[in-house]
Amino acid sequence: MEFVDWLNASVYLFNKGLLNAAKIGSIYALGAVGITLVFGILRFAHFAHGDMMTFGAMVALGGTVLLREAGINLHPVPTGLLALPLAAAATILLAIFVDKNVYAHFRARRSPPVVFVMTSIGVTFVLQGVVRLIGGTGDRQFFFVVEHAGQRIREDKERWIVNFQWLRDHFEGFRENLVITAPQLWLFIFTAVALVCLHYFLTRTRTGKAMRAVSDNEDLARISGIDVGRMVSVTWIIAATLCAIAGTLLAMDTQYKPILAFSILLPMFAAAIIGGIGKPFGAVLGGFIVGAAETFAVFDWRPVAGRLFESVDMTQSMALVPAEYKLAVPFVILVLVLVWRPTGLFKGQVL
Amino acid sequence: MSFLLEARGMVAGYGELTILHGCDITVEPGRISVVVGANGAGKSTAMKAIFGLLPLREGRVEFDGRDVTGFTPQQLVKAGMGYVPQVSNVFPSLSVEENLEMGAFLAPQKVAPGLERVYGIFPVLREKRRQPAGQLSGGQRQMVAVGRALMMDPRLLMLDEPTAGVSPKVMGDIFDIIEKVNESDVGVLMVEQNARQALAIADTGFVLQTGTNLYTDSGEALLADPEVVRSFLGGKT
Ligand SMILES: Nc1ncnc2c1ncn2[C@@H]1O[C@H](COP(=O)(O)OP(=O)(O)OP(=O)(O)O)[C@@H](O)[C@H]1O
Ligand SMILES: [Mg+2]
Repeated sequence: MEFVDWLNASVYLFNKGLLNAAKIGSIYALGAVGITLVFGILRFAHFAHGDMMTFGAMVALGGTVLLREAGINLHPVPTGLLALPLAAAATILLAIFVDKNVYAHFRARRSPPVVFVMTSIGVTFVLQGVVRLIGGTGDRQFFFVVEHAGQRIREDKERWIVNFQWLRDHFEGFRENLVITAPQLWLFIFTAVALVCLHYFLTRTRTGKAMRAVSDNEDLARISGIDVGRMVSVTWIIAATLCAIAGTLLAMDTQYKPILAFSILLPMFAAAIIGGIGKPFGAVLGGFIVGAAETFAVFDWRPVAGRLFESVDMTQSMALVPAEYKLAVPFVILVLVLVWRPTGLFKGQVL
Repeated sequence: MSFLLEARGMVAGYGELTILHGCDITVEPGRISVVVGANGAGKSTAMKAIFGLLPLREGRVEFDGRDVTGFTPQQLVKAGMGYVPQVSNVFPSLSVEENLEMGAFLAPQKVAPGLERVYGIFPVLREKRRQPAGQLSGGQRQMVAVGRALMMDPRLLMLDEPTAGVSPKVMGDIFDIIEKVNESDVGVLMVEQNARQALAIADTGFVLQTGTNLYTDSGEALLADPEVVRSFLGGKT
């Protein structure tokens, strides 16, 4: 085992492990922040959060089709991103529409939280129907071929390969590349920008502080003259925007499918709870923890070990957990957190 | 005589339950009114009814010569009332300064002068301004709670048991603060368990029992009334 083996193994691990963990972690973080904000202000577990993401992705896909057919592009920015403002606007409208027509009704009657939770499960089912009605039941790529003015025009999922020329020149035997796709890169950029903006909003602006005040003590917020109804709307606007970003970029990275939300809802809740419900930056950390745990639990260490040692049995998987059980990982973390620290890492509320 | 606050014949309660059966509470401009009574007499309920947190079934509330019956808390804050509830009266995860800022949420231009005024009254809060209010001692938390209500520079400050759970020393401080606030011509309406001390600074005292006025008189007169002393103050004059 030589130093260059370590280099090869590290770059491989970074590329196939950490990058994926950060990617799925970003999605979970964006979702979990929304869940935690909705819980803080409206005080219920919003189960329709995943399907709001799917809805956003669907609108973005529709917008992408229209833009591509109209021949509009801003290469090298993926066309899907150009449709993101539309997706965000539509998701915001959806969230406000559902709130005004469904949740507001139960708020006026001061229904207990469990009613809201059940209602949001109902909203989930309706949204799944709506998404299939509008977007179809099939899976679709964001990068497709269109006929435009008699020509077939493709848009490729751009990928950048970092080949570490310096390392190649200086270390004989170094042969790894780092591959990052455009959707991944944009996801990291959007996540970082969204979280910085959110932090600024919550800690520096009058409305953001008022939102935290409502989350802390709703009655006192009212007494102070804060319009709680307006804060509810602001919460939906933020949550829906984050949903549209996460849903669209997830679908761009993999593909759009009507069950996009199915496998990410539980991890997002796990992330929100790990971070301490009602704590937005706890939820972000929770998202990355769940993303990393999930990725590395099913990570096959064979190629890493193979790069380091000669005598590795390459016939057997070296993953801690078989890939089929990936969905169980956040569940296990969730149970562990609920048992040992129900308030999460940052002492949030208890669900 | 004109009142700053004049609540007459208040009937209110929770759901089916009626707690206040025609209760009167008044405050003269720039004076201190104190409400005392046994636990469960309806003191907090009367405060909530005045401040628009409970709907009045009957009765009317006038503030500053204006009918404010049925006003929302927001409207009353704008009209010049500040209210400190009995329990959970701070935002625990917000910093001290953010707590105070929320007190002037309706008038952002009042934040800067309000902070100066409140830090002038409670210098210790200036030192702690970056600390979450939930991490303060009970007495400091009460200061934040009172400070928040003072941010809008109200004409009437309503306090529900401001000395609950604080040490005798801090209790004395809080009474001093209330008198100090009152000196700047702010009317005070206060519910107090420490009836003896509260009545001593009261211009008017109200003794409530099961949601009605049992006695109403000047603080001095109530302290001198053997009947009041025997049943509500425990012990002799
Ligand atoms: N939110 C509520 N819902 C139902 N009943 C209530 C509620 N709050 C108070 N009550 C009832 O109203 C009655 C009066 O309560 P209130 O809080 O006004 O008493 P109080 O005079 O302030 O007492 P204390 O000195 O203990 O603070 C009590 O019998 C209480 O049980
Ligand atoms: Mg009370």
